[in-house]
Formats: sequence, C-alpha cells, structure tokens
Amino acid sequence: MARKGKVGETRILESVGMTKRFEGLVAVDSLDFHIPDGAIASIIGPNGAGKTTFFNCITGFYEIDEGEILFDGARINGRSPDQIARAGISRTYQNIRLFNNMSAIENIMVGQEPHLKSSWIGAIFGSPSTRQEDALTEERASELLHFVGLEGKGDMLSKNLSYGDQRRLEIGRALASQPKLILLDEPTAGMNPRETIETTAFIRRLRDEIGITIVLIEHDMRVVMDISEHITVLDYGRKIAEGLPADIQTNLDVIEAYLGRGAAASLEN
Amino acid sequence: MDLIWTQTSRRVLVYGLLAGAFILFIGAVGMIAAFHEREVVDRFISLGQLMLMLAPFVTAYYVAGQVAERDQDRPLALVSGVLIGLLTTVPTVILLLFNSDQYRFLLDLTLRLTPFVAATITAWRMHRAGAEAQTALGAWLAIVLLVGIVTFSFALIFEIKGNLRSVLVNINREWVAVVTFDNRGDLMRGLGALALVSTVSGFAGSILYLLPAVPRRALIYGLGVTALIGAFGETARLILQENVDRDTLREIFRRDTLRQNAALALFIISTAAGFLWARYGGQARARFGSLESAQRRAINIIGLVLFVVIMLMLPWLIGRTLSDVAVTIGIFVLMGLGLNIAIGLAGLLDLGYLTNYAVGAYILAVLTSIGPLGLFKGTFTFWMVIPLALLAAMFAGFVFAVPVLRMRGDYLAIATLGFGEIIGKLAISDWLKPLIGGAQGVQAIPKPIFFGTELKNPEQLYYIVLVASLVTLFVSIRLNNSRTGRQWMAIREDEDVATAMGIDTARAKLLAFTLSAATGGVAGAIFAAKVGTVFPNSFTVFISINVLSLIIVGGIASNPGIVVGAIVLIGMPELLREFSEFRFLLYGALLILMMIKRPQGLIPSKIVTHETRSGVKPKLATAE
Repeated sequence: MARKGKVGETRILESVGMTKRFEGLVAVDSLDFHIPDGAIASIIGPNGAGKTTFFNCITGFYEIDEGEILFDGARINGRSPDQIARAGISRTYQNIRLFNNMSAIENIMVGQEPHLKSSWIGAIFGSPSTRQEDALTEERASELLHFVGLEGKGDMLSKNLSYGDQRRLEIGRALASQPKLILLDEPTAGMNPRETIETTAFIRRLRDEIGITIVLIEHDMRVVMDISEHITVLDYGRKIAEGLPADIQTNLDVIEAYLGRGAAASLEN
Repeated sequence: MDLIWTQTSRRVLVYGLLAGAFILFIGAVGMIAAFHEREVVDRFISLGQLMLMLAPFVTAYYVAGQVAERDQDRPLALVSGVLIGLLTTVPTVILLLFNSDQYRFLLDLTLRLTPFVAATITAWRMHRAGAEAQTALGAWLAIVLLVGIVTFSFALIFEIKGNLRSVLVNINREWVAVVTFDNRGDLMRGLGALALVSTVSGFAGSILYLLPAVPRRALIYGLGVTALIGAFGETARLILQENVDRDTLREIFRRDTLRQNAALALFIISTAAGFLWARYGGQARARFGSLESAQRRAINIIGLVLFVVIMLMLPWLIGRTLSDVAVTIGIFVLMGLGLNIAIGLAGLLDLGYLTNYAVGAYILAVLTSIGPLGLFKGTFTFWMVIPLALLAAMFAGFVFAVPVLRMRGDYLAIATLGFGEIIGKLAISDWLKPLIGGAQGVQAIPKPIFFGTELKNPEQLYYIVLVASLVTLFVSIRLNNSRTGRQWMAIREDEDVATAMGIDTARAKLLAFTLSAATGGVAGAIFAAKVGTVFPNSFTVFISINVLSLIIVGGIASNPGIVVGAIVLIGMPELLREFSEFRFLLYGALLILMMIKRPQGLIPSKIVTHETRSGVKPKLATAE
C-alpha cells in the first residue's frame, strides 16, 4: 500500500533509516528518502558519496544492515536481486554491463525474463505455448530495439555496438522487464554534448510515454537540473538536501559539499 | 639494408634452432624411434623420418613467408629456407657427435668448459653493466662452482656408463639409425645424409611458399592427404577392405603400408583435386552465395541427408575394428555434448564430469549383471535401465551441484574436481565392495537385446551411440535457442547482471548441471554394456580431462567442434597405436598450441568467431 506524501502524490520508493556498512566504513548512513511516483528523480553528490552503493542496496545486491526499503508499499530489503527485479525495479550500470557475447536482441530478450513462463521441457519438445512465447518475446524485443533506436542492429553482438548504442541497449534491456521503477547509473557518462542532449530527451520520453518512474545518478549538473523533478543530495552516505532543482541550487550545504566551506561562506555574505 | 639483414638472419637463426630443438626433443622422448616403426610409404619413408623432414619444411615455409612479406626479397627467402634446413640439424648433429665413440671428447670438453664460459660471460656482462670488480669476481666464482657441480657430475656419469643413454634413455641405437638414415656405421655419411635431407626439406618449404597461390594450395593439399592417408595406412586399409576386392587391396597396400605406386597415384589425384578446388572453389562458393535462399536451403538439406545416410551406413563402410573405435569416439562425443551444456552454454567449468559417467556405468552394471554382484540377475534389461541410469546421473549431478552453486570460475572447477576424485575413491573402496565389487568391479553385464537380436558387435552398438548422440544434439540445440539457453548464456556472460534481470541463477545453474549430468550417465551405461565389465580404474580424472580437452580443441559451444575434437583426441590415439604412448604429451602440446594459435577451437561456434574476429587485429595478409 503506497503511503501518501505531498498532496496528490504517492511514493513509489522510500527508505527509513537505511544503513550499509563495509567493515567500519559507513557507506550509507541511516538514510530516509523517498521518490515520488512518476517522477524523474536524481541522486547527486560528490565522488564516494555512496550513490552507487545506494543503488546496490535497493536492487538487493547488498544486504542493508539497518532500516527498511519500501517499494510500492511493500518491504523489499532482504529479498534476492532476482525477486526485486520481478517486483518491478530494473537498472543500468555505471560501466556498461551488457551480455557481451549475446546479440542485441538476445540481451533484450533476457531482459523480459520476469514475464516469461516457458520451461525447459517445453523448449525441448517445442510445445505450442513455448513457441508462442518465444515468438512474442522476440517481437517485443524488436519493438524495444526500435524504441531505443537500434532497429537493424538486433543481430550484432552487443560488444560490437558503438558506445552510445551500448548505453541505449542497456536501457532497452532494463525496460524489457516493464518495470515500475528504473535506476540509471550515470546514463550520460562518456557522451559528447550532442549525445547527452539526445539521451536527456530520451529519458524524458521514457517517463512521458511509458510512465516509468526514473531515478538517475548523474554528474552532469545541466542534465540533472534540466530534467529532475526531485533531487536527493548525498554526502558521506548521509542525505544533506532534498527537493526541487531550484531549492538544491541555492542550498548552502550542497554548495559546501561540492565546493568546500569557503565557497559556501562567501556565497552567504 | 643492414637492419633487414640482421632481423632476417636473427629470425632464421632462432626459428632454425627452435625447429632443431623440437626434433631433438621428440627424439629424446622416443617419438622418432617409435614412429619409425610405421611406414608412411612402403620402403620409402617412415613416419619418424617424415617428422624429421616436416620440421624444417614447415619452419622454412613459415619463415620464407615472413621474409618475403617483410623484405620483398624472394631469393633471400630461398636462402633462408636452405639455412633453416641446415640449422635444424645442428642440435641433432651435436648430440650425435657426443654420442659417438670417436667424438666423445667433445662432450667431455663441453661439460668441462661450460661452467667457465658461462661464468665468464655473466661476469663480463656484469662488469660492463657497471658492477664492481669484486662483485663480478664473486659472481664468476659462484657460477663456476654451481654450474661446475652439475656438469662435472654429468661428466662423471658419462665416464662411468660410457654413453649418453644413462641420462637420455631414448638417445639409443634406434634413434641414431633413424636420424642418420641407416648410416649408423659411418657417422660422417650419416651426418651428411641428415644434413642433405633437412636442407632439401627446408629449401622445398621455401619454394612452396614462393609458388603462386593456386599450385601452392594444390600441392599442400596433395602432400597433406598423401601423408595423412599414409600415416593412417592401417585405418585406410581397414576401410578399403570392406569395399574393395582382395587383389586390388594387395596392389594398394603391402600389409598396412601404402605401396609406392599407390602413394604416387594418391598424390597426383589429391593434388589435381586440390588444384581444381583452389582454382574454381571460390567461384563455386560465390555462386552458392548468390543463389536464392530457397535453393541454398535445398542444397543444405541435400548435404544434411547425405551426411545422415553416411552416418547410418558407417559400420558397413568401415568394418568391425573401426566400428569399435567409432563407438568409443561416440561415447566421448556424447559426454562432450553433455558437458558442453555446463561449460559451453552456462559457463560452469565442471571438472567432475567423471561422476556422472561412473554413476551411469555402475547403475547399469549392478542392475543388469548376471554375475554374483547383479542385484536382479537379468530381470532388468539394458533398455529398462538406460532411463534409470539417466535419472541416477541427473540425481548425482543435482546433489553435487547444490554445494557449489555459490562458487564461480576457478573455485567451482576445483570443487568439482574434488567431487570427481571422491567418486573414484568410492568406487574402489572396501565400504562399497559388497555392492559394486571394489577393485574387482562388476562383471558379466549382458549386451543389449533389440527385438530378439543381441547387440554384441560394435557395428550394432554403434547405432545406440548414434541415436543417443543425435538425441543429445537435438536437445542441446533446442535448449540453446530457448529461454533456458538465454538464461544460461546470461549467467555465463555476467552472473550478477543475470540475477538483476530477474533470473533465478541458482535454479538455472542446477538445471545446467543436472541436464549435463544426464548425458554422462547414458554414456557411462553404454560404455558398461559395450565392455561387459565395470572396473574402478576406468573412472579416473583423465575421463573428465579428456572430455574437457576435446571440447576445448574442437571449439567451446560448437557441436560440430565436439565431434571433430573427439575424433582428433580420442580416435587418433586409438587408430595410431604409436601415438597412444605419447597421448598425454600430445594432449598437452595440442592444448598449448590451440590456446596460442587458435583459442576458438578447430571449428569455432559462431559467437566465438565473432569475438576473435572483432577482438584480434587481422594478421598481415599472407600471400593472397
């Protein structure tokens, strides 16, 4: 059951006191955050602020030490990564992690995994339901390839695709599970300005056309301020600010975290 | 120009001496003498001699290619061929001199001088590199002492025993006879003969390279086919004997050896065929490529039907002895296809495949045996037990997979290796002796009976293996192109991401282990029925290693590759008895060579070809 947040807004993802430690280092420190349903939200923060750890905790790669994570009102911490994926969260990676020796279309077909039901026995005997599902999987994969702008490149091995295409394919693979929430880890990393603008537009299209909630980790402040409707700022594993882009831009704690105490002080005066 | 000369001469020197060291090595392990026993062409050339010629020939061909490409200098390529031929003999010549009575003093001299020369060179280099005189002197003394101890003890051994055999057991009279081309009495004549043959081979190798592409390929084809058929003369005769009358056979073979006329005829025919293929093969392929897909499909289907017909008629074509070999190959193909599900598709390096093989074999043995250990004394037949063996192997695969589900890569390999060893020890243990007979094993396993006929000949057992292999092939192709196959591939590529995609990796891995085990069980059961007895010493870690090697040599995840790998690694040592003594030496050499030169395997799967094609820069075009 989704809890009510601000007026007219449900929270798709929220955490209460989420803490993750690595042998003494507190990577995420009793974090309370929430992501509004249907929003494009960003997580920002200096290097080592715990952003990717945050993603890994949500997707079940790390088990959190304290606190709770609620997705769509249900507790998901303690579940395995594949169960969380089936619940409707999917992600991309900072350094692209495609299935390199599989073709582009196969990558997307694997992405549809949470909705597939056919068994190996059906595959051996070629049962009608398996054939039907396979055909449907392939058809959906082609549609998605088209959607992410990779039509005609389905049979290429994913590692032979260009960098930009690989980024798009990874997003396509994440979309294939028809998630409610998608976590994008630095989707514009390593892109030139034109590609960055295209990707930004593409992310907005994702939300507007498919209606998925999007959380992105991003370093490029122009991208963040351009498309985010909700920003969470982390530093040393703690949340130091949260809110609309305009609020964040003028928040002194944020400026201090990014530029140092002196810069914040001089702005204050 | 100077630079080219130094580079070229260095290359010639290095490759020539390497080829020479190779010749010396295979002589010292006894291969040359052993292979001399087999004649390739009657009273003309033996396999041992062929190896002596092949080394300079191949090396010269290779170096001539490099010289001609790099320097655009064809005469230089020819000269380097001759030089390589000569250089190849150097190590052998030195050892021959050391081994002879007249020139023994050279060996003594070398052994006595070596410590001083080595020490002086090292000290001199240290001095030049700026070391202090005292340090250099110290190093000199230390090296003289250390190396001296070794060489003087060698010298002492030779002094006492009087020949090299005491250290190098295979540097014996037979070896001398082969490398001197039967001039053991007159050493100088022998050395001359060796040098002449080697030089001519090297020269021929470089000439071959400089020929235009079409005749060159035709000649390579002709020489290769003739040498191969000659070397496998026994096999060739066994095949022909099924299809040709006695007199014709006698004209072609003297006992198991190709006669000279027949060899010449074979060479001419295969060269002509090679010429036609080299000349028109490209056009034919181009025309095939330009055909419409329906026509291409029709041709492919005709090819497939032809292949199936040949596979079905194989026992009649090749006779009993070779059918027996074919059954053995088939059992390994079966295991290769099974293990490939775990290794090739799901990327799980399972070194305990022997477990499933042993389980299958023992289940069949115990349930069907009519001997003292048989549980039901013939109530159960082969056909009833095969499904049980399959299920039992699946169960074993499942049980052993559970504890290793969380392990990856090397750790998984070592854990499964351990399980394999446990099974081997259990089979021979006293604990299970009342059930499976300990070291004596289980005997009196009846042959399968098929509608009243006892399938006791290898020709008949062949069909069981064929059917089992085809079923496995079908299943693995179906799985490969299914959701399950994609799950496995995803796990192989990146297990973490596969989990994040919603794949239950534990389940998928269990399935891979279990299905892969099933085939091993069937292979073991067929093996038990074929041999009629089951001993624990049939189930050593070498089974797992053999199966893994044939997958690697053939090409990981490539089904045709597995068949070729099994023929090369299992069939060849069976067919060429001289090989079997050196089986594991050849395995090792072949695996190293494959890893360096052709890591994708003999017949790579499509995916891996893509990988190496995109990953590795294309080599300099060689001559075409």
